[in-house]
Amino acid sequence: MLNDITLGQYFPGTSPIHRMDPRMKLILTIIYIVGVFLVKSFAGYAVAFLFLYLIVRIAEIPFKYLIKGVKPLRFIIIFTFLLNLFFLTGETPLLDIGPVHLTREALFNAVYFSLRLVFLVMGTSVLTLTTSPVQLTDALERLLHPLQRFHFPAHELAMMMTIALRFIPTLLDETDKIQKAQMARGADFESGNLIQRAKAMIPLLVPLFVSSFRRANDLAMAMEARCYRGGDHRTRLRELRYTRLDAVAAVVMCGFIVVIILEGRIFG
Amino acid sequence: MPLVVENLNHIYMKGGPYETQALHDVSFTIRDGEFVGLIGHTGSGKSTLVQHLNGLLQPDSGRVLVDGTDLADKTADRKQIRCKVGLVFQYAENQLFEETVEKDIAFGPKNLGLDAAEVDRRVREAMRQVALDYETISQKSVFELSGGQMRRAAIAGVLAMKPSVLVLDEPCAGLDPHGREEILGLIKRLHTESGATIVMVSHSMDDVAQLAERVLVMEKGRLVMDGTPEEVFTRGEELRSMGLDVPQVVQLCEQLRARGYEIPERIYRMEDIREILLKILKKGEHHAQ
Amino acid sequence: MAEQRMDEDRILATDVTYRYPDAERNAVDQVSMRVKRGEFLAILGHNGSGKSTLAKLFNALYVPESGTVLMCGMDTRDDELVFEIRQNAGMVFQNPDNQIVATIVEEDVAFGLENNGVPPAEIRVRIDEALKIVNMSEYARKAPHMLSGGQKQRVAIAGVLAMKPKVIVLDESTAMLDPSGRAEVMNTVHRLNRDEGISIVIITHYMSEAATADYVIVMDDGKIRLTGTPRKVFSDVETVRSLGLDVPPMTGLAHDLRHAGIDIRPDVLTVEEMVEEVCRLS
Repeated sequence: MLNDITLGQYFPGTSPIHRMDPRMKLILTIIYIVGVFLVKSFAGYAVAFLFLYLIVRIAEIPFKYLIKGVKPLRFIIIFTFLLNLFFLTGETPLLDIGPVHLTREALFNAVYFSLRLVFLVMGTSVLTLTTSPVQLTDALERLLHPLQRFHFPAHELAMMMTIALRFIPTLLDETDKIQKAQMARGADFESGNLIQRAKAMIPLLVPLFVSSFRRANDLAMAMEARCYRGGDHRTRLRELRYTRLDAVAAVVMCGFIVVIILEGRIFG
Repeated sequence: MPLVVENLNHIYMKGGPYETQALHDVSFTIRDGEFVGLIGHTGSGKSTLVQHLNGLLQPDSGRVLVDGTDLADKTADRKQIRCKVGLVFQYAENQLFEETVEKDIAFGPKNLGLDAAEVDRRVREAMRQVALDYETISQKSVFELSGGQMRRAAIAGVLAMKPSVLVLDEPCAGLDPHGREEILGLIKRLHTESGATIVMVSHSMDDVAQLAERVLVMEKGRLVMDGTPEEVFTRGEELRSMGLDVPQVVQLCEQLRARGYEIPERIYRMEDIREILLKILKKGEHHAQ
Repeated sequence: MAEQRMDEDRILATDVTYRYPDAERNAVDQVSMRVKRGEFLAILGHNGSGKSTLAKLFNALYVPESGTVLMCGMDTRDDELVFEIRQNAGMVFQNPDNQIVATIVEEDVAFGLENNGVPPAEIRVRIDEALKIVNMSEYARKAPHMLSGGQKQRVAIAGVLAMKPKVIVLDESTAMLDPSGRAEVMNTVHRLNRDEGISIVIITHYMSEAATADYVIVMDDGKIRLTGTPRKVFSDVETVRSLGLDVPPMTGLAHDLRHAGIDIRPDVLTVEEMVEEVCRLS
């Protein structure tokens, strides 16, 4: 019953953002992240936030999905915040209790750097929410294609990603089955200390490894039987094409970067 | 009464958009020493039901009693109860993991906390039950065995827990005719010689017809038939409407009756139809002479 | 291209021997056989009899150690011809989960065509056609793991079909399916055989499936032990059983009746035929 787990966090839709060429989305996401790194002040973050908010509205994604994306990284963000808060020195003391010295500069930096992380995650979330893993893989393969001249395995990388995506649900299903089969033989995956628990995983991991190996073997044979011979001279069912939508998006992104640079000049 | 199922309901992904009721109010009792065939189309709820029988899945309502103990009882030792109903999954050989056959079969008994002597006794006993020779095979790696042997080793791993009910989910799936025969033979022996209580899930109506004393039919999460093979297999039209086959022997009887032959009701075993045909045809010969 | 004759050989194997590296015995030993255009062949044999190995020699997944395999006239030992051979001889494997490559049904069907460098527009046409033939058009955009076993195998058949093969080899492709999935797959391959004139080779453990073929080959120990129409092969009940196989239930029943002195035809395959025989004899 693991069938209904959606992979990644793709939020299907037909908005202009969904319809954009995934290559352009990937490039513009990188540019947005660079933009976030150029931000010098909270006014800049306000601009970055407004921009992101606008895109999310156009994409018709509930904003809470972006927040959800940040959640798994909350510890890193909090850690960044605390690290900056306590270990940076500054000139304007805010608080001075015993060994704790807080300064205004440290507080500014703590908020500034953690916000940068938040925007980084939210920006990439917009990409993964509006682009299916298949499209992302396609985009990556084609963007990296020119590097193949320098023996960079772009096709192989994309093929590996595709196969991984294809087999994750199958292996999750299998894990569930083996786990239940071993529990029926009295295996206990839930109690005991760390070492006991790690040991308890062996009856699960060995069969899973064996079966993955067998699957890999079968798949290799099946791919060969279907004339697979690597990435050379391969065509694709779906061709990616840049449209006017992508041109518009690129121009809008340029506008955002210009605003951010100006903001840096003014407030920086 | 080793196994009592009362008003069992199970809902997958409750409250979500994909909510599906996998079991609707399923009730039945399995008596000591019974051989029950459980049939149903893929997705009929068979597998969900089977996983309730040893507490791998918890019911949303209703209960399962094993030897009088409620599986949901928090005070009972879950591991002990779980092992009272031995569950052999489909493609059971996929669960083998130890270095040797002996160690793998010992996995269950060891989890029960038995002492080494008892574990050893049980391993030997289980291997004998599935016709794997202890001397030649126990020290082999599980991955050196043939497909049929691996399947039997996996069944031995469950038998070594000495369950009061043995549940087998499609025990013959994917085996060649010889392997199928071996497995069916050993299940039959377990039942007739050791008097084991057995629930066999199968797609093969012919196998169920040859072995089971009672047949349960599931459809869309409900238990729609529960009776002797005679009772169930004579309802051919209903079975076909559920996408299930009817054993060939039953088809033969139906068609012969349609041609005006007097075939007694409730014939479903090959031996029985053979005797009846012999009588009919021997008589025919006399007429001819 | 020369006009195709009906008796044209699709597969012609002559004295083929193959041994796995480090194996002690030949997996396939001096096998000669042929499959003609439009023929439906079933290969039977217990596990380890060499039948799957033989199948993999047809499309150059394995190359014979001695002897020759000609697939549509092309020698499988010729490295230059490998991809043309595989395009002509499609193969569907046992485990439905382990042969689907892509995460979307139609992309998987396109896989072989992409490998062969077929232009995208042409791929589109061919995969739509192939999915239609196997009745899977409405699942074109679905993820493979959401499909039933029978549906997955039909997707695999579509992937092979899109390559416009002359032969399709099914290597125990129904072994992991439930009865309705098996029926889906068997109906599909029979339709392809009948309507598209594609030669079919099935390797199976199900005698009922073999009974629907034009010819049956029974293998044991790497060699062909029995060959002929299913009727002829199965009527030799003793030999078939001695080779670790079974006969269809009705054939077994007829065999038993003959033993009891009834003069019933030994080559009864189906329930209908048994009914006819009983009527005839009484």
